[in-house]
Amino acid sequence: MATASSAAARDTAATAARSRRFSLERVLAPLLLAPSAIALGVFVYGFIAFTVWVSLSNWRTNRRDLSLSDPLLRTYGTLFNTTRFQIDLRNTLVFTVIFLLLSAGVGLALAVLLDRKIFASGFFRSVFLFPYALSFITTGVAWRWIFNPETGVNLLFEQLGINHLLAQFGMEPLKPGWITDPTVAWQLNGVLAAVYPPAADWSLKLGIPMAMIPVTIAAAWQLSGFAMAMFLAGLGTVPGEVREAAALDGASGWQLYRDVIVPLLKPITISVLVILGHVSLKIFDLIFAMSGKGPGFATDVPGIFVFDKMFGAQQYNLGAAASIVMLVLVSIVIVPYLARQLKDL
Amino acid sequence: MATVSGQLPRPQMRQRRRWGHYVVVALLLGAMLFYLAPVYVMVMNGLKDKSYMTLADMWKLPRYLNGGGFPAAWQALSPNLGNSLRMAIPSTVLGCLFGAANGYLLSKWKFKGSDVLFTLMLFGMFIPYQAILVALISTLQWMGIYGTWYGLTLVHIIYGLPIATLIFRNYFVGVPSELVEAARIDGAGLIGIFFQIMLPLALPAFVVVGIFQFTNIWNDFLFGVTVVFDPSNQPITVALYNLSGTNSVDWTVVMAGAVLAALPTALVYILLGRFFIRGLLAGSLKG
Repeated sequence: MATASSAAARDTAATAARSRRFSLERVLAPLLLAPSAIALGVFVYGFIAFTVWVSLSNWRTNRRDLSLSDPLLRTYGTLFNTTRFQIDLRNTLVFTVIFLLLSAGVGLALAVLLDRKIFASGFFRSVFLFPYALSFITTGVAWRWIFNPETGVNLLFEQLGINHLLAQFGMEPLKPGWITDPTVAWQLNGVLAAVYPPAADWSLKLGIPMAMIPVTIAAAWQLSGFAMAMFLAGLGTVPGEVREAAALDGASGWQLYRDVIVPLLKPITISVLVILGHVSLKIFDLIFAMSGKGPGFATDVPGIFVFDKMFGAQQYNLGAAASIVMLVLVSIVIVPYLARQLKDL
Repeated sequence: MATVSGQLPRPQMRQRRRWGHYVVVALLLGAMLFYLAPVYVMVMNGLKDKSYMTLADMWKLPRYLNGGGFPAAWQALSPNLGNSLRMAIPSTVLGCLFGAANGYLLSKWKFKGSDVLFTLMLFGMFIPYQAILVALISTLQWMGIYGTWYGLTLVHIIYGLPIATLIFRNYFVGVPSELVEAARIDGAGLIGIFFQIMLPLALPAFVVVGIFQFTNIWNDFLFGVTVVFDPSNQPITVALYNLSGTNSVDWTVVMAGAVLAALPTALVYILLGRFFIRGLLAGSLKG
């Protein structure tokens, strides 16, 4: 009896100790997470809140002035009435659309080409993803020389005899201005003016700034490999039976991809578009190193605008407001994506 | 269609497939030329000696192999390469350790609201950093570390936390919870389990996160140019940008400099590419 009860007592004591340790550990986990969580809370959310405050303030010289402006949203009004920022928003839209089409399209094409037993496929994959490992500054410097109208690609056209060939057909030599070309092609102002007359007087030209084309090519060069890697990972999850069944039904290789496999890649395509889309909305380094603002702000983007206003002109409220616009644009893409991820956790 | 292709005689079928194979290889080779062209321009022009060649020879091979612009580029940029290393290595190591601990806690010691906390932490890796710069610089000034390399290191550790936490969390989710239960019955606690069981298992995740963090930090430009103002303390990306904007420096030196700036991450990629891809996929959440 005595031994039994003491054993029972020992047991309860042990259980109590374990549960005490257990509850201690329940507290310990959040406690150990606290430093990281607090650091990110301050450096992400706290700092964003401060930037919002600055965007609502009168701080527009090198002297800090955190008094709120009157009316409160004055700086945002100024921002959206600034032609340069309007141009930046147009450029971001043009860049994002062309860049997404190019990099996701090329990435998918490369993934489909590599999705078979082929000579040196690992090598090809490494080559296509290689640019992703390099910094935008490095590649921007190289691309600047390649899309300089006096050297680079135009030199290649000349030396490969393309211009010679064109001359024989009585055509002009191929010599685009690339990143120095200030023209805005396919202007929509005239069309829009038919519906909304003031559009004819806008200083913002709605169209495609030609200097943006080489920049999107460079960006797609750098990030299409990422899209390829994602698509390849997605293709790897397509069950062999699906392919066999389609082949038994007599689908050709092309039909197999078009009708069966690519539709299966929809979730991964959304991930690719979200990730590349948010990269393109915040693009800064590549353009900064490659063409800067460009002729007539042809390659200017909000990222460069913020940098210029804050660190050049020291108009902190204007820079802060533009950065909050960037943040809102990125959030529109990212927040639903994160919310969906949270639901799946 | 199905019956027609089913009736094709075998040799012809095989031949058609082989032709398809050649077309695919030709397309891939063409794409390879495009992907390697900028690398070719950087390396070959870096190796050129401008007393023998001009910019009109941009696409030609160098005539002599005497180092070209590399000695001058090394002289101009080696201090900044040192700065980048001094900053990237500690921030990579510390970022990995914090990421591992966070990932372990968020996967094996879930508490009420831990998934929401995790998602809120993740948001930090997507924001445009322009939107935190004013406050960041004010804070670093207040802490007395604005303009220093360790200030920049701290910045990289903090903004690297989301991605490091994400990759480690997804890795630890795959480690069976029975291991944790068994260790707990044996009397191991939260911290003991981390050091005795989880850390030894997490080596592959450390490699993946390490590569990813190092590449991101090495390639950063925005923090480097805004947090550090003294050129002698700036990282390599900023120094390369400044060098490329100087008219007195010729293009062979700029190209050689671009190669030097790209070399560390390029080597990491070439040697450990497999892990790099894994990090890339893990870092893009789950498809």
